[in-house]
Amino acid sequence: MHRFQRLSTSFLFSGRFGRKRVQIEGTAFESRRGGQTVRFKAQGPARQCGGSKRYSTAEATVESRRNGEVRERTLTMETLNPNVKAVEYAVRGPIVIKAVELERGLQDGMKQPFAEVIKANIGDAHAMGQQPITFLRQVVALCTCPELLESPSFPEDAKQRARRILQGCGGESLGSYSASQGVDCIRKDIATYVEQRDQGVPCNWDNVYLTTGASDGIMSILKLLVSGQGPSRTGVMIPIPQYPLYSAAISELEAVQVNYYLDEDHCWALDVNELQRAFHEAKHYCNPKVLCIINPGNPTGQVQSRKCIEDVLHFAYEEKLFVMADEVYQDNIYSSSCQFHSFKKVLYEMGPEYFNNVELASFHSTSKGYTGECGFRGGYMEVINMDPEVKAQLIKLLSVRLCPPVSGQAAMDIIVNPPRPGEPSFLQFHKEKTSVLSTLAEKAKLTESILNTIPGIKCNPVQGAMYAFPRIFIPPQAVEEAKVLGMPPDMMYCLRLLEDTGICIVPGSGFGQREDTFHFRMTILPTTEKLKLLLEKLAAFHIKFLQKYTALGESSDKSPSGQAKAHLP
Amino acid sequence: MFSFREAWSVTLRGLCGILHSAARQRPLRTPAMPVPAPLSLSFGRAPWWLSATRRSISYKMSENGVASRRGKVLTVDTMNPRIKRVEYAVRGPIVQRAVQIEKELKEGAKKPFTEVIKANIGDAHAMGQQPITFFRQVMALCAYPELLNSSQFPEDAKNRAQTILQSCGGGSIGAYSTSQGIESVRQDVARYIEKRDNGIPSNPDNIYLSTGASDAIVTTLKLLVCGEGMSRTGVMIPIPQYPLYSAALAELGAVQVDYYLNEEQCWSLDVSELRRSLEAARKRCNPRVLCIINPGNPTGQVQSRECIEEVIKFAAEERLFLMADEVYQDNVYADGCQFHSFKKVLFEMGPQYSDTLELVCYHSTSKCYMGECGFRGGYMEVINMDAEVKAQLTKLVSVRLCPPVPGQIMMDLVVNHPQPGDPSHSTFIKEKSATLNTLAERARLTEEILNTVPGIQCNPVQGAMYSFPRITIPERAVQKAKEKGQAPDMFYCMNLLEETGICVVPGSGFGQTEGTYHFRITILPPTEKLKILLNKLKEFHLRFTQQYS
Repeated sequence: MHRFQRLSTSFLFSGRFGRKRVQIEGTAFESRRGGQTVRFKAQGPARQCGGSKRYSTAEATVESRRNGEVRERTLTMETLNPNVKAVEYAVRGPIVIKAVELERGLQDGMKQPFAEVIKANIGDAHAMGQQPITFLRQVVALCTCPELLESPSFPEDAKQRARRILQGCGGESLGSYSASQGVDCIRKDIATYVEQRDQGVPCNWDNVYLTTGASDGIMSILKLLVSGQGPSRTGVMIPIPQYPLYSAAISELEAVQVNYYLDEDHCWALDVNELQRAFHEAKHYCNPKVLCIINPGNPTGQVQSRKCIEDVLHFAYEEKLFVMADEVYQDNIYSSSCQFHSFKKVLYEMGPEYFNNVELASFHSTSKGYTGECGFRGGYMEVINMDPEVKAQLIKLLSVRLCPPVSGQAAMDIIVNPPRPGEPSFLQFHKEKTSVLSTLAEKAKLTESILNTIPGIKCNPVQGAMYAFPRIFIPPQAVEEAKVLGMPPDMMYCLRLLEDTGICIVPGSGFGQREDTFHFRMTILPTTEKLKLLLEKLAAFHIKFLQKYTALGESSDKSPSGQAKAHLP
Repeated sequence: MFSFREAWSVTLRGLCGILHSAARQRPLRTPAMPVPAPLSLSFGRAPWWLSATRRSISYKMSENGVASRRGKVLTVDTMNPRIKRVEYAVRGPIVQRAVQIEKELKEGAKKPFTEVIKANIGDAHAMGQQPITFFRQVMALCAYPELLNSSQFPEDAKNRAQTILQSCGGGSIGAYSTSQGIESVRQDVARYIEKRDNGIPSNPDNIYLSTGASDAIVTTLKLLVCGEGMSRTGVMIPIPQYPLYSAALAELGAVQVDYYLNEEQCWSLDVSELRRSLEAARKRCNPRVLCIINPGNPTGQVQSRECIEEVIKFAAEERLFLMADEVYQDNVYADGCQFHSFKKVLFEMGPQYSDTLELVCYHSTSKCYMGECGFRGGYMEVINMDAEVKAQLTKLVSVRLCPPVPGQIMMDLVVNHPQPGDPSHSTFIKEKSATLNTLAERARLTEEILNTVPGIQCNPVQGAMYSFPRITIPERAVQKAKEKGQAPDMFYCMNLLEETGICVVPGSGFGQTEGTYHFRITILPPTEKLKILLNKLKEFHLRFTQQYS
């Protein structure tokens, strides 16, 4: 027993104190240096930081050894898959890890200049207090516990949906595996939904695949597309700023990331000339054959115009690119002048030459929209013009993972097959849905307008999605200090913000941005009251930050060329 | 119209095949053939002759029947070659045919049987097994918390649901959890492991919730794959294996290193075979990982404590990273057999081993007595993993955000089920033991009946959910299969399916010693149905043997 006690303390030691810190260092510092990886292994004495001793990994490792006989591990940073090492995912990166730490600290009674950590880093609506859609949850509960089908407290339409889903499940249980592409009747419902959304453009349910959240679908399609070596290696064009799932997947699959820049000066619009430039430059070093579009944009919140989509599709047709349209925010449109156009619909309207040729995969999810059911990991993709043999390969690939979570599939079904006018749940459903969407619209406007009152912050309108991605002015002195600390300037900014105010947001460097510009991504999801408070605190912090560093920099007075217009006091 | 289209695409595909193979042969001469750069540029990426051929031949019908003249971006020739190499027999051609036959039956086609019995996959609920009431009650309460006011649910279910909801963001299972999984669930998992392993400590920080065990296995393998050529990571897997392993290795481009289980000794694992396999592999790759499936899938053996100890010693000596797939840990049927977790044995062997050996163990909600496959719940426990690597693992799993929360909840219920004194305890125990008892009975029944068939030889099903009998296939049938380009046991299983509606998976999908043939059949159909199935199988086997002798 004594032995076990000793072990458990050493676990605790390396876990609680060692790992968390190392995570922050590992990710933050590696990301910065790109090629040459700089890590903090035990070289020299442990550093003092913030009053608490920092233990580096190797020390922690040695601690668990006995009698000095150190046995090299089989899996170390040196022998780790280099593609995994290259993966970065800022949305849950070092800042968020730090936020969790602070939260734990607060719970343990540690004193901080704030009473709570507000996580505006991730599009997690329910965590921010958004209520689930009653009907969706009723159906899931009925499917889970079919005894409830006898209960009078559930409306008939919910029961009818639940029965239908259960009939599509093996043994009428959510607990059986579904077919790898998903439950048949759910795929049919999705096809009907897509047809209705696209004003009658045909959708074949055979082209619909349920997924474990949209991320899984995006990964699967990218997996199929990656091939070749050297200059023939698959290049994947992604927007900058992008949602870092793309860059992470590209690293993991060892594909070549080809950046095209969205135009911040034109409300993050996509310019086909920029696509041309990126494509032709990329052709020198890889085989660019995939074009990823996020519409509405994440993190940038723009909604693409129909004309722009047409241009993009024309470009993809001309250059023979496989198009991946990430449309998970299709219901999140706030600006009255904007409308969501699906890539598929536009493609159809461009005529048969386009509709029969351009290979397109579009993605949707249960996590966003008005439902915000992230935890269910539901989603689907529709793939058109895919070579039938490749489709067979896709099905094979998906079958290895057996099936997407069936409860997530059920949630997806309710999103595509909600209560209709005349059904008992329709009114309540409609009320809940509009309430969520109108609050989001209000918060989108609020965020934009408050951010734009802050000197040194400039924010494009949040036309859609769930985020603002404002540009921030960071004084040269602060940029210098960040360099010394070995982190991107906006990372330092966000870290300070977190430590001072408890607000957790993600630095723009995690999404990509034009060099020497700085941004952050924040969600518009906190409750209106909290959001106001958050923005106030943010404004106060920003001004303090500017004052601190401009005061420092007064002697070396350099003008912030190429930076956001800073209306300094 | 439809048949016209079909005919077109068939002819065209045939034509494609011919031209393609011609085109494929040509590039062999390419190195000697200088292509002027501007020319190749003007015709796109592919060499001009290839792209020209392709343009003229990929005249395939597309979405709505309009002919398309363009080649596709993504074709079997241009797709990821690793994905092409992936194979997964459990849902392979046999199962696709079974689904097709099912549809034909629905449409009124006449067959020598009235239903397809899917004994291909360990999908308990699909075979009629009932879910554990308590688990589903808590899940429904979590999904729709209004039910907490209902008198229909027992207090312990409500309490559990409340506890779980408190640990979810915003009190909703619709929020993302942390990437590693809900903290309180990880704590429950750790406590469960400690109890299972007679008090050996488990740290929640070492627990990672996953999307079924498959997800965790692939994630671990992802970390381990590196090097090129001789230094490429080799992964030792049992033969026969569960094809997730071979599929994941193909996808990751790792080297599969086979070690054979000993069929004569009830599929036991022999360390001298591990050694042979390792030595042989060292000539072509860098074998760093050893995968063990215990209880075995598809082979159903349960490893003895002694054997586990030897495997651990071997892994320690050879510095192998050990992966223990223990998803069938509650499915042990044979007298004298007992499940020993690799972790427990490792720690009982003393700090010499337990301080150093890198081990990951997997569990899932899909098997055992609950069979909740659809929820995709699972976890892994990582032991002695380098702290920096662990940070990388956490980063990697964060890209996928989190495992499905309902699956995490299901996992929580499995590891923290009703205790004596709780209102739901007696029902829970009754349901759990009923399921396990019937499974034990079916395991025995399957073995017994199969062994009465001349030409079928079946080891005892000590655990898991499958029987993997060896079948004798007459030489003429082997010839016939070869003519059809099928593995002989695939030919056998296809015939079985067409004649009886029984869907089983050929041994070739799991791997087997050359010249031997097997199939995997689940023991999950209800006992009465299973009896009928086995008798039909018997008749088929006799007929098949006669037909080809």
